[in-house]
Amino acid sequence: MSAQTAPPTEETKDKPALKPSKEDTGAGWGPRIALILLCALFTVPTLGLFVSSFRADETLLRRTGWWTAFGEQFDLSNYSTVLDAGMGESFINSITVAVPATIIPIMAAAFAAYAFAWMDFKGREFLFIIFVGLLVVPLQVAFIPLTQLFNAVGITNDFLKLWLAHTGFGMPLAVYILRNYIGSLPREVIESAKVDGASHFETFWRLILPLSVPALAAFAIFQFLWTWNDFLVALIFMTGGQEVVTVTLAELVGSRGQDWHLLTAGAFISMIVPLIVFFSLQRFFVRGLTAGSVKG
Amino acid sequence: MGNLVSGVVAIALGVGGALLLFYVLNALAERMPKEWEERFKPYAFIGPSLAVVGIFLLYPAIQTFWFSFQTRIGTPNQEFTLANYEFLFTDPGIRDSLINNLLWIIFVPAGAVALGLLVAVLADRLLPRWEKITKSIIFMPMAISFVGASTIWLFMYAWRPPGSEQFGLITAIITGIAGPMDEPLIQISTGRLNSFALMAVMVWLQTGFAMVLLSAAIKNVPTDTIEAARIDGATEIQIFWRVTVPQIRSTIVVVTTTILILVLKVFDIPRVMTSGNFNTNVIANIYYDLAFTFGDRGRASVVVVALIVMTLPFMYINIKRFREQEAMR
Repeated sequence: MSAQTAPPTEETKDKPALKPSKEDTGAGWGPRIALILLCALFTVPTLGLFVSSFRADETLLRRTGWWTAFGEQFDLSNYSTVLDAGMGESFINSITVAVPATIIPIMAAAFAAYAFAWMDFKGREFLFIIFVGLLVVPLQVAFIPLTQLFNAVGITNDFLKLWLAHTGFGMPLAVYILRNYIGSLPREVIESAKVDGASHFETFWRLILPLSVPALAAFAIFQFLWTWNDFLVALIFMTGGQEVVTVTLAELVGSRGQDWHLLTAGAFISMIVPLIVFFSLQRFFVRGLTAGSVKG
Repeated sequence: MGNLVSGVVAIALGVGGALLLFYVLNALAERMPKEWEERFKPYAFIGPSLAVVGIFLLYPAIQTFWFSFQTRIGTPNQEFTLANYEFLFTDPGIRDSLINNLLWIIFVPAGAVALGLLVAVLADRLLPRWEKITKSIIFMPMAISFVGASTIWLFMYAWRPPGSEQFGLITAIITGIAGPMDEPLIQISTGRLNSFALMAVMVWLQTGFAMVLLSAAIKNVPTDTIEAARIDGATEIQIFWRVTVPQIRSTIVVVTTTILILVLKVFDIPRVMTSGNFNTNVIANIYYDLAFTFGDRGRASVVVVALIVMTLPFMYINIKRFREQEAMR
């Protein structure tokens, strides 16, 4: 578990003066070649899938290497096929699951985080330790009991089940990240609000919430990617015939494992949103991941 | 589309409902005598999230523990039993999976940390611009789902019978070097070779995470300690092992345990790539099959209890570390 909400990468980036000048160390050719090879190892698999997904001839796609495909015809036909094969609907479903599951836990978590950080009460440490302990609890613990609970209470809507489950599973992390951040705000700011006669609710609403935007964003991005990329929770709770992208992709692998024109395009559709989030919000993404990678 | 609309409604209800709840609780507290107000308010603020983890995590944990001692759950004949624990300790399938889990626990964190450390150290010597690009590339797989990554690597491992052209890059490389392969790599269980092929996917996914934290730690190593070693005539490799590594040890421990916890519960990759066949099964997949394919809630619960017992040491470490941080605050 990483304690800091903001990993030091963010800081070091702003302090280039701390870095020794390049003449001191200087990268020789050995390290450079090693790095180029490593970068290849981390891009080529995805690149191969990407190139393949555009190959128009599906027979060639599963008979010849994608590295020999130069000069072949490329088009979007694989994408339209897989979108029609259920991936399109699943894409909408993934959005429907991930966005509310990201936003709903935030407000409750922020209130709790404020109380843990700035209010004095009996059992404060003990209660917070519950959240810290639950950070690593395996989610498998919850599936059978929750399935029964949903049945008993009469919750049959798959989306509602997933929103609730992801809210519950994301809560320890949300409280943990936000409490660490809110707790690090300067004491004077909170005290001055109190002196001005602000109630806790006002302090929270007018002061804490706006100041906590970086931490809120870090959690939101982590939670969004977690729920978007989640396979297990959706597999278990979506019983009514609806699917999200990861489940559809896994099903395609299972049932049409040789149809690489479907799998390559399907995999890319499932990855496009997280990749966009990754490239556009990398700073926050790094923060959320490093603060939240302990999640069960 | 109708679901999208209900999604928007859910957001409004979720966020608005939470706000309204806190507003009401706050207003209620303010009507109380001052002394009571101060006592009640903190609990009003943490109450909702505590209730949520209570319902979604704590109560299920208790029920799982209870179910692990029950048989014929949900029937009138439900009764106390120790048979689930007997199953846990004697079933050959579970023993085999535990061996795989052990291999994952040993090799994946070590592999990801070693590669992440290598990239962090080497990229540190590049110009800032190139360092940033290199790190972005290594980090990118972290955005990809386990299912997506499994598909990517199934494509790398794709195999065709000897005599045909290979279109899976790794299979093509192996057959190019070592001659024809009689079966796909992910089906070769000799020496659990296929388990290592699956582990490679997780290492590929987690190296970026290790790199980000380790790189940050390396940059915080005081340069004068390195300069001093250099003046004393130490080689770069000696500096790395004797000066840098000891000073980033705590980060290495944090990264290793974080990946270890993740790996303990690995499910998606074996599920998608082999369905646990060919001797690649893991404990989380056994749980899934017991709970949702065979509907055996007692046995599934006992497997979860085993998982929880394995995570307890890390829970303890996390809580201990949290307390140490609090003491310094």
